[in-house]
Amino acid sequence: MSQPFRLREGGRIDRSRRLDFRFNGRRLEGHAGDTLASALLANGVHFVARSFKYHRPRGIYTAGEEEPSALVEVGTGDRRTPSCRATQVPLTAGLTARSQLGWPYPGFDLGRVFDFTHRLWPAGFYNKTFKWPGWNVWEPMIRRLAGLGHAPRERDPDAYEQVNLHCDLLVCGAGPAGLAAAQVAARAGLRVVLAEQDGDFGGTLNQDAIELGGMPSGQWVAQVTQELGATPGVVLLPATTVCGVYDHLVTTLLQRGENTSWRECLWIVRPRRILLATGAIEQGLVFPGNDRPGIMLASAVRQYLNRYAVACGRRVVIATNNDSAYQTALDCHRAGIEVAAIVDSRSEVREELRGALQDAGVPVHPGSRIGATRGGRRVRAVRIEGADGSSRGGVATDLLAVSGGWAPRVHLLCHARGRLHYDPAQRCFVAARVPYGFVLAGSVSGMAGLQTALVSGVRAARQACRELGFAPPSTELPIATRSALEPGVTGEAVFAASRQRQWIDLAHDVTLHDAELAVREGFDAVEHFKRFTTSGMAVDQGKTGNLNAFSALAAITGRAIEAIGTTTYRPPYVPMTLGALASAGYGERFAPRRYLPAHVVHRHLGAHFQDYGGWQRPECYPREGESPRASIERECLAVRNGVGVFDNSPIGKIEVRGPDAAEFLHRVYLNDVHGLETGCIRYGPILNENGVIIDDGVFARLAPDHFLVNTTSGGLGRILGLFEELQQCDWPDLQVVTDDVTSKWANFTVAGPLARDLLAPLIRGLDLAPQALPHMRLGTGFLGDLPVRVLRVSFSGEASYEINLPADAAAQALGLLLDKGEPLGVTPYGIEALMLLRLEKGYLHFGTDTDGMTTPDDVGWGEIARRKPADFLGKRSLARPGNLDPGRRQLVGIVPLAADGPLTPGAHLLLGDSRRLPQPTDGWITSAAWSPTLRRHIGLALVRAGRSHLGEVVTAFDLGRRQAARLVAPTFFDPQNERLRT
Amino acid sequence: MLRIPCPWCGLRDQSEFRYGGPAERQRPVRPDAASNEEWSAYLFYRDNPRGEYRERWWHEYGCRQWFAVTRDTVTHEFAPGGPVTGGRAE
Repeated sequence: MSQPFRLREGGRIDRSRRLDFRFNGRRLEGHAGDTLASALLANGVHFVARSFKYHRPRGIYTAGEEEPSALVEVGTGDRRTPSCRATQVPLTAGLTARSQLGWPYPGFDLGRVFDFTHRLWPAGFYNKTFKWPGWNVWEPMIRRLAGLGHAPRERDPDAYEQVNLHCDLLVCGAGPAGLAAAQVAARAGLRVVLAEQDGDFGGTLNQDAIELGGMPSGQWVAQVTQELGATPGVVLLPATTVCGVYDHLVTTLLQRGENTSWRECLWIVRPRRILLATGAIEQGLVFPGNDRPGIMLASAVRQYLNRYAVACGRRVVIATNNDSAYQTALDCHRAGIEVAAIVDSRSEVREELRGALQDAGVPVHPGSRIGATRGGRRVRAVRIEGADGSSRGGVATDLLAVSGGWAPRVHLLCHARGRLHYDPAQRCFVAARVPYGFVLAGSVSGMAGLQTALVSGVRAARQACRELGFAPPSTELPIATRSALEPGVTGEAVFAASRQRQWIDLAHDVTLHDAELAVREGFDAVEHFKRFTTSGMAVDQGKTGNLNAFSALAAITGRAIEAIGTTTYRPPYVPMTLGALASAGYGERFAPRRYLPAHVVHRHLGAHFQDYGGWQRPECYPREGESPRASIERECLAVRNGVGVFDNSPIGKIEVRGPDAAEFLHRVYLNDVHGLETGCIRYGPILNENGVIIDDGVFARLAPDHFLVNTTSGGLGRILGLFEELQQCDWPDLQVVTDDVTSKWANFTVAGPLARDLLAPLIRGLDLAPQALPHMRLGTGFLGDLPVRVLRVSFSGEASYEINLPADAAAQALGLLLDKGEPLGVTPYGIEALMLLRLEKGYLHFGTDTDGMTTPDDVGWGEIARRKPADFLGKRSLARPGNLDPGRRQLVGIVPLAADGPLTPGAHLLLGDSRRLPQPTDGWITSAAWSPTLRRHIGLALVRAGRSHLGEVVTAFDLGRRQAARLVAPTFFDPQNERLRT
Repeated sequence: MLRIPCPWCGLRDQSEFRYGGPAERQRPVRPDAASNEEWSAYLFYRDNPRGEYRERWWHEYGCRQWFAVTRDTVTHEFAPGGPVTGGRAE
């Protein structure tokens, strides 16, 4: 028979829609409105998982997000999702799920060997056991055995969304308190977001048979939901879990999509107030053998019964320390499930409860507890014993419903650094300090009971209204005319000695014995205790077990639970998928790509593009059949022997203008700026106040009060920020403005001995003769019809012209240069060739040959810095003792001794005797390459007191390889700079 | 993520801003005359108070203005801010 445990009537499922699904290969059937858990229970399937450590059979323990046991893998192939709580997976047609632990198959798991030998694996066993011969030997083996499920290897095929939202009030939880609060706030005109982790609004109103104002609670929920949905400015988010609260109330919500184009949606909500109406979670009970399938929370049994019309068993025993489980007994009895016994740890049970159950013929055992359980894949029998340990007989049963009291869901409050204290009356942790921006309603406000929840919801919403300057409306509250039993006085947690193990954390297989061991070994502070036992550190974060773990710690150490305190709850409240966090921000959308203004021309030229600081730039331009390496060398030689064109458009360009522009830059650069004449260019580094080089580049004086500053393409943002800070904060008296014009200008470098031959016929209105436009001078003219600025600067060591022109004419200009240059053999060259050219010249590349400690003197700029009389950024620091140390690392050239050995950037260098190792490093190679011009390997290195060791042989170390190399002057090609002056 | 009140643009996400350290830091009037200790104090030594702290922020992805604002280092509560005053003395 299909669904043998489904009741004939009742529940909120759609019986007209049958959904087939598979669990561990078995074909089963459920209804629309089921969760995977309720559908499994309807088919009598309790044993759904293996436990984390001992691989013991485990069942479905709860009906919600707090589930510690029923973790399953859902989906197949690229949609396989591990560690799903069966209680939160909505049943869909064709759903495939399986237990995630269990090898060779879940029904027969060889991992049970860990259970039979459990005495060998107490808490902390791996910290003690796997020290020899070393953790790295054991780790691969342990990784295969441990863990929860398997992430899919394929790319996630689903889409995820991310939405940002501002609102006045975020109501967390749409139970009675949350709904009442949202209604008041919406009527007052607040922009309200109402988030409920369940697919349906109503909370406990969906779980119990309740009447409000004489009508069934479902009708009231529908009414309020309808009103809220029709109110402008209200956003209703069912199936949405509030996962984390961060600074200034920034909140993340995770919404599950159903029949949507997206699978999950991450909401980032910035509310002005957060109203917590998150309710409470029933806690488990600790007793011998408390982990078997068929042992469930009493409220979960009731929820499966009333909401899903599922009987979790035929004969139930109820173990409790409070009144709420009696409601489960009454509901089970009414549904025709035999209630075999109620085991209540309290010696006093309210007379009306006893009476109601005695009428139903249910024996009540006050002052007693479960002494032992039996059953492998399902609980079969329990033994009841008195407080003194005396046996009160065994009872055959297939369902044990337990209740260890209720703990408010205070997690979100703790994310915002709210404090908790232990309330002995309710035997749980409640809010002690409410953080700014929070209002509390329902169970988290410490008010138990349906009517008080409704009242507190209204009260909290009114408080939020007043705080935000809204007039709270008058509302009539519905009166609860029929409600479920409240917990009443909760009994203390009791821990009895037993030969059977007693679990305090089902998810991580932590037992009472582990807790005792932790205390014996001195881990009796709650945070140490948690880490040693790993109690509360599983996927469920101890939602149903923390209170028991703290109570156990209190009992073992003889302290009051108030003195134990709690551990820290951290976001996210439930596990989140990486897909939702990344949303659309992966692949092409991971970071915006910037394209050169002449990108289309480069693509046409067959450029190999690479990402350089966000820019897609040509690395080289290989011809057909040419390797990138050959291409780079060909481009390099073309610049040395003919003419090349390089697209330097991403270079940072800042215009500095105003009467005090020269003074401003004079205070920034380590070289003289006042003395720079109009039309002249200078190269200089910029330092921070520590004297460390933070950028370099040329600056040109366009007019007495107008400068153009070039920064490295990666350093633009940093220098722009520095300039703005100096202007706005430090030197507001200087009359100067700075403006980033980087993207407005394209910049092409025409370099090589034939550069002028190419440009002279093309440039009108500017004499390019070396006398008229020498190195480090600029002029303006026209390239065809385009107005251009021409700067004679060189990063290649060749005569070189930088053509600046409006970015929108870039493609046209580049086309013209290549076209007209064809007879001269003009060659486009990429970044790699440029890097070779500059290395041959020994020009440092900022960030490659410098690091966060490099000062001007380290790279040969010490004399110029010392000669400048005026102050500049970082000047004073250059005189600090550490910067005067003659043993500082200095930039020098390096060549290998053996003709064939390439140098490796990053290789460490030793100056002296290198036989004795280890030794402190004397420096490292920063750049190295094969020079096609010189036909040998060359490099640059930062070496301790390098300039005083020129000519010496050093040893280079790279991944175990040794190589002899010689330190030389850093300029390998044309040291007299004759070529760039032509 | 903090939400920072820009005096010109209002409350915005921290991701739009760049932090700039203490709001008022007095650069020695003549750096070359400052002792190593004085210069180190200017460069490296910062107050780290529990409670109110005046600091600089740059609204980089907004109005691009630097401003000074007081933040409570315990609660992250901001008091309304304004332009940086008393910066580097000349």
